[in-house]
Amino acid sequence: MNTALAFLAQTLRIAVPYLFAAAGGVLAERAGIISLTLEGFMLGGAFSAMLGSYYSGDPWIGVLCGIVGGLAFGMVHAVSTIRFKADQVVSGIAINLLAIGLTRYFLKLVFGSSSNSPRVAGFSAGTSSTALVTGLLHNPLIPIGLLIVPAVAWLLYRTPFGLRVRAVGEHPEAANTLGVSVKRVRYAAVALSGALAALGGAYLSLDQHQFTDGMSAGRGFIALAAIIFGRWDPVRAGIACLFFAAAETLQIQLQGMQAIPSQFVQMIPYVLTIIALVGVVGRAVPPAALGRE
Amino acid sequence: MTVAVRMTGIAKRFGDCVAVRDGSLEVAAGEIHALVGENGAGKSTMMRILAGIYPPDAGTVEVAGGDVTGWSAAQAISASVGMVHQHFMLVPTLTIAENVILGREPTRGLAIDMARAEREVAAAAERSGFRMNVRQLVRELSVGEQQRVEILKTLVRGARILILDEPTAVLSPPEVEELWRVLRALRDDGGTIILITHKLDEVTEISDTITVIRAGRTVARFPTAGTSPASIARAMVGRDVVLAGDAPLASRKATVPAFAPVLDVRHLVVAGERLSRAVDDVSFTIQAHEILGIAGVEGNGQSALIEAIVGLRRAPSGEIHIAGTNVTELSVSERDARGLAHIPEDRHLRGLVLDYSIADNLILGKQRAYQNRGGALDRGRILDDARAAIAVADIRPSDPMLPARALSGGNQQKIVIARALARQNFVLVAAQPTRGVDVGAIELIHARLRAARDAGTGILLVSAELSEILALSDRVAVMYGGRIVAIVPRSEASEEMLGPLMTGART
Repeated sequence: MNTALAFLAQTLRIAVPYLFAAAGGVLAERAGIISLTLEGFMLGGAFSAMLGSYYSGDPWIGVLCGIVGGLAFGMVHAVSTIRFKADQVVSGIAINLLAIGLTRYFLKLVFGSSSNSPRVAGFSAGTSSTALVTGLLHNPLIPIGLLIVPAVAWLLYRTPFGLRVRAVGEHPEAANTLGVSVKRVRYAAVALSGALAALGGAYLSLDQHQFTDGMSAGRGFIALAAIIFGRWDPVRAGIACLFFAAAETLQIQLQGMQAIPSQFVQMIPYVLTIIALVGVVGRAVPPAALGRE
Repeated sequence: MTVAVRMTGIAKRFGDCVAVRDGSLEVAAGEIHALVGENGAGKSTMMRILAGIYPPDAGTVEVAGGDVTGWSAAQAISASVGMVHQHFMLVPTLTIAENVILGREPTRGLAIDMARAEREVAAAAERSGFRMNVRQLVRELSVGEQQRVEILKTLVRGARILILDEPTAVLSPPEVEELWRVLRALRDDGGTIILITHKLDEVTEISDTITVIRAGRTVARFPTAGTSPASIARAMVGRDVVLAGDAPLASRKATVPAFAPVLDVRHLVVAGERLSRAVDDVSFTIQAHEILGIAGVEGNGQSALIEAIVGLRRAPSGEIHIAGTNVTELSVSERDARGLAHIPEDRHLRGLVLDYSIADNLILGKQRAYQNRGGALDRGRILDDARAAIAVADIRPSDPMLPARALSGGNQQKIVIARALARQNFVLVAAQPTRGVDVGAIELIHARLRAARDAGTGILLVSAELSEILALSDRVAVMYGGRIVAIVPRSEASEEMLGPLMTGART
């Protein structure tokens, strides 16, 4: 019983950054902008959240700074792809590289370190051995992360903005002829995706009370896989995030045992990801205008 | 007469391409005005400028007496100008109601008031005499139904000036009648309608006034009453044209001698997406020296039938024989080698590589015949043959090194047809051979198809244009719901007789 609860708790903690990033990515992708950028948004968010917390001593200021950092990265991507019509894949990769370079540069500049920041004020009470419920509630970003998925689903399916996002990603000319500004909707969607993915990054640095170089560690790409696996629906993408997080938890717990070589155990999440994607990829239909002007 | 729309001295260019150079238009309130012209004459561009989709480079646009030059789509909509585009501007993954309210969503709090939206859209549909379930996804609708959603979109926005771009291109004859009924009701209610078309019979049937555009200039304007289709065609093309319907039946061979069938399709079944069987137990034969026309509303299995015959799609059961050989299991190129040629229905998807030159497009699929001993392509011979083909097919401009993309739709189609007819075939599958092509090119393409038939080729003609089927065919088959519901000699076929068969109203 206890192990089951511990498993669940750890799965949720691991899932939170995926949930934020996937929720943001779904918005941008449904508006027609490819979300290869989630990795960079997360890393930028993690760093700016740490910086905010470092200077203010208040993790909530850190969260706010994380959001601002994500918005900034999102706007760079939006301006280059929407205003200057850069290729979305190329711009996405550039954003990711830019995030790695910038965070490394400022880490060195501000803290004189090439690996990590000093300890800053954060959320979690400490190690994962904390009691289940209190552990989850100590970090307010966990319940927010769990609620962000239904919130984005509501935004996408119930509001005028969401209807316009879906129209713009599917048939931009149609939206345009009805006087809906395709550019404005896309700017908003990409900026929001930057802010949301950055919250996922903020969770990482504030949970560990410090920023370490490259700490997003591919989570943005896992979130993108979850979006595709969830067929561009926020709720299904959220479930996919939980599935990937569970696979990762399984890997961590199996590593404790010596029975299986650890290299094989470490493959589990990635092998499951590939199996899951191969299983659905034939049926996955992306938004029709994804990646197009 | 109150003037609803006045456009003067309009010019618009896209990059190096001049779409409109001196366009003018004057439409009276409460009339149905036809804007006619060849493909690429600038009709759609004129109307998009009027609808605020893009601004003109020069000229003025007035609506109801006020200067609105360079207004936006949103401003045009709020000033009661609505446009139904040739390629529907509908989001297939949204419902009818969502498509209609997009951009002016009723809200309650922060969310869309979907119940109210659906109620209002349903009420508007009812007022216009449209029967539809507003919760249905647009991608599940037939093209006729989609068009009604497009019209509904403009009416809900209070459109009093309605622009329709080639509205009948995809409709069956009864659907066209229904559209005319709706448009006449709108006009009688005080609405103004501008209809872009290049079908002359429609112009004479529905419009009150006609404006003709040729090569970006307005060249004529006359009242419909008392104007003959021939004089409209002359204004469009700038010379006399033999209209498809005028080709005398007597010019055909009076008696078609009996030959062995060059194409024999037996109990063919092809799996479908929407229907479980896109082609359902279809059998027919085509003789040499014969054109069999397949009439039918698009989406009734014609595409699947063509793809199965030319080898692009596997048939789970049934057989296809070309000149006595069973080709059912053969590949596209093996069928080609046995004397089958294909004019695909979508020239951009299957007919051309748009970025290749005219010369390269002309040898697509037979590039092996142009290898020299070293295995490289023999450029000199390719160019010589291309020049000859361009002269025969009257492809303009005539430079063989121009990319196909630079040509108008009609001239692109001439490349496809020149390639298919470059050699003597047993069978030619001609799918929508004149789609989106202007009257001058239609005349030429029809002549080439007749010449191929007279030289002995058996032709399977699939066309959404009933007039084309009737102009060319020796026998006419009707396809509905994946089946051939009738095959009759041309002498027994007429629009009145085929219309009900095409919609399944009679079998």
